[in-house]
Amino acid sequence: MVHAFSQELVLDGSTRPDPGDLLSALPPPLTWAPAARPRTVGRAWLDTFDWRLYRAGLTLELRTAAGRAELMLTCPDGARITAPAGRGRWPRLAGSLPPGELRERLGPVAGHRALIQVARGASTVREVRVLNDDHKTVAWLAIDQISVNQPEQADVPARLAVRAVRGYQTEAEQAVAALTGATTRRAPPVLAAVLAPAGQRPGCYSSKVDVRLTAGMPATTAVATVLLRLLDTFDANLDGTIRATDTEFLHDLRVSVRRTRSALKLAGDMLPPGLADRFQPEFKWLGDLTTPTRDMDVYLLGFDTMSAGLVAAAPEELLPFRGYLTRRRAAARRRLLRGLRSERLAALRQEWRAALTALTSSPRAGRARGAAAAAPAIGEFAAARIARAHRKVLKRGEAITPESPPERLHDLRKRCKELRYLLEFFASLHEPAPHQRVLRQLKGLQDCLGDLQDTQIQQHEIREAAAQMMKQPDTPATALLAMGEVAAGVAARERAARADFASRFADFAAAGTQRRVRALTGAAA
Amino acid sequence: MKVLASYNIKGGVGKTAAAVNLAHLAAGGGQRVLLWDLDPQGAASYLLRIRPRVKGGGKALIKGTRPVDDAIKGTDFDRLDLLPSDFTYRNLDLVLDAAAKPARRIARLLAPLAAEYDLIVLDCPPGISLLSENVLRAAGTVLVPLIPTTLSVRTLDQLTEFIAGLPAPRPDVLAFFSMTDRRKRLHREITEKLPAQRSDVAVAVIPALSLIERMSTERAPVSAFAPRSAAARYYQALWTEVAERLG
Ligand SMILES: Nc1ncnc2c1ncn2[C@@H]1O[C@H](COP(=O)(O)OP(=O)(O)OP(=O)(O)O)[C@@H](O)[C@H]1O
Ligand SMILES: [Mg+2]
Repeated sequence: MVHAFSQELVLDGSTRPDPGDLLSALPPPLTWAPAARPRTVGRAWLDTFDWRLYRAGLTLELRTAAGRAELMLTCPDGARITAPAGRGRWPRLAGSLPPGELRERLGPVAGHRALIQVARGASTVREVRVLNDDHKTVAWLAIDQISVNQPEQADVPARLAVRAVRGYQTEAEQAVAALTGATTRRAPPVLAAVLAPAGQRPGCYSSKVDVRLTAGMPATTAVATVLLRLLDTFDANLDGTIRATDTEFLHDLRVSVRRTRSALKLAGDMLPPGLADRFQPEFKWLGDLTTPTRDMDVYLLGFDTMSAGLVAAAPEELLPFRGYLTRRRAAARRRLLRGLRSERLAALRQEWRAALTALTSSPRAGRARGAAAAAPAIGEFAAARIARAHRKVLKRGEAITPESPPERLHDLRKRCKELRYLLEFFASLHEPAPHQRVLRQLKGLQDCLGDLQDTQIQQHEIREAAAQMMKQPDTPATALLAMGEVAAGVAARERAARADFASRFADFAAAGTQRRVRALTGAAA
Repeated sequence: MKVLASYNIKGGVGKTAAAVNLAHLAAGGGQRVLLWDLDPQGAASYLLRIRPRVKGGGKALIKGTRPVDDAIKGTDFDRLDLLPSDFTYRNLDLVLDAAAKPARRIARLLAPLAAEYDLIVLDCPPGISLLSENVLRAAGTVLVPLIPTTLSVRTLDQLTEFIAGLPAPRPDVLAFFSMTDRRKRLHREITEKLPAQRSDVAVAVIPALSLIERMSTERAPVSAFAPRSAAARYYQALWTEVAERLG
């Protein structure tokens, strides 16, 4: 049972090898015999859109044979957890899987993200026994032919797996040696192999602004490169947002819009004249279009935590509130879908891509239109803009006292966000370690300010919801009481965030962080 | 981890046939099984096509100077492993006698295997020896093949008495009739009467069948080379009863 030795190989160039050819070099007295009739298994690989399983070293596979579907999770240490797939169509949230070890392991990794089929196909496995002179099985050779249907139809090179029977490692090694006479190489992970024909690889999507800039690049080209990358992210998330595959498509889509708007505001002057002005209102429209649905998503995602935190009221007393939020979300989504399917968006995406592509494909194109003639190199430009944004954060932050009105903090939050985005756009120009330290400190401050903002909005919304629900004759009083308790909890969180602010800001304004920002921006700070 | 010993003082009664077939059926049913061939003749090892040789020497294994793990061989069947016989087992009593707590030696060697196996099956040579005492003290259940004769009850009683004289914990005894022949009136009488009278005699019997004899040419358990045969069904019925006893 414990197989001390096993090795996986792929056969170059051959998708349907013959076992006799493969094993023709077996040294005597070893021989071989087919083990059983070939089996065909339907296979699908599942991951979240942002590859959370892959990044956590997990592989989740759905295997279907003889009408039975089974999920198999392979952990980083090679351990496997299997579970019946249960009913339900993909994509699915991990939470909707049948309860058990597999769901427990997956849940925290996948979070709110749905499991989607990233690849599909079928394996035909032929098993062959390698025998010694007692006709005893000393090793198993499995020849696995995978035909892929999705993302792209293809036959991938046959995969050979040799597995020693316990106590017969020497013989198994001889079998491997005989095989490696053929043109084999170590097998890449199977998911990588099935994605390769489509030019994809596991982990290929990330919502990060992972562009590679160099300090000497003209600022126009660099800014357009960042913007193009943001547009790619937007496009990648559009379908999942429309289908509501999970809530995070909309989240990532919104982030790409916000980042685009910040980039236009903070670096739009590096683009040809008029371009930023032309697109800014369009992206504002797009941002506003997506806000109501996301607000409701955030509420509903946190709903269980919220009702679990109730002290006086019973969780089910909040159900009318949930119903209200769900209806609001449905209405918001209808408006969102109209916008996402509109001519206006189609035109925006098309024209924006055309404009950016022209700027990135030939640097001269920008210059010809006049802007980049005087444009600096991106290294210099980024340093100056980051330094300026940093100064702004420090200045506004220092001016805040316990008596400051909420608008001051709201304003500071926006300045922090701008600094954050600038750092992210130009990350590839910086040393990774100090860059990360600065980001971490900034994030601490942003989390605190974000909490303040969220709690204020939520209190406003609870009041609004209560007023609306009061107008409906069937709203029970207990629902409003329970909402009152939720509002009290939110108010307490707001006070806590406010109390936390001074120390978070002090951390960010500390000499060490300032020095690091100066180091990132060179002399500009 | 349960330990099942196939044992009888008498030779040639079907101990090895039962050990090999029941181990195969248990593994087929999902248990992780280790069969330990303690007989220097190596019949069980032969039936599973494994050479009767312990890597590093049988003596070192019993003494505990070589880990049991290293000597284990995988069979051709899922979840069924074998600890092969070794020619040094001819002098096993001497080796056991040299150890501390000689009568508990085998039990001690089995203890660390609990994480890896659900069931250990011990195939023992005939006779009464320090080895058989070891086996009786390591096993939770002793399976005793009996040839149906007028003396078979006496054989069983002698064994039960011997076990009663051992220090606790003592194994549970389950006898079954082996190599029965329905054409013989005596066989019919005994195999029908005794299981009704005694709780330590199984209802299931293993008749004398040529297919069972063929194991030594097929070199495989009957449930592997003739899974739909009557012989396989008889062993399955016996296994069902034994498994119930094992709990
Ligand atoms: N039910 C049966 N029908 C026919 N032949 C059988 C049956 N059981 C065992 N045999 C045959 O009888 C012989 C002895 O059986 P087995 O080796 O199982 O007995 P044993 O008690 O283990 O013997 P030993 O005491 O030598 O270890 C073997 O050749 C075996 O094939
Ligand atoms: Mg025997």
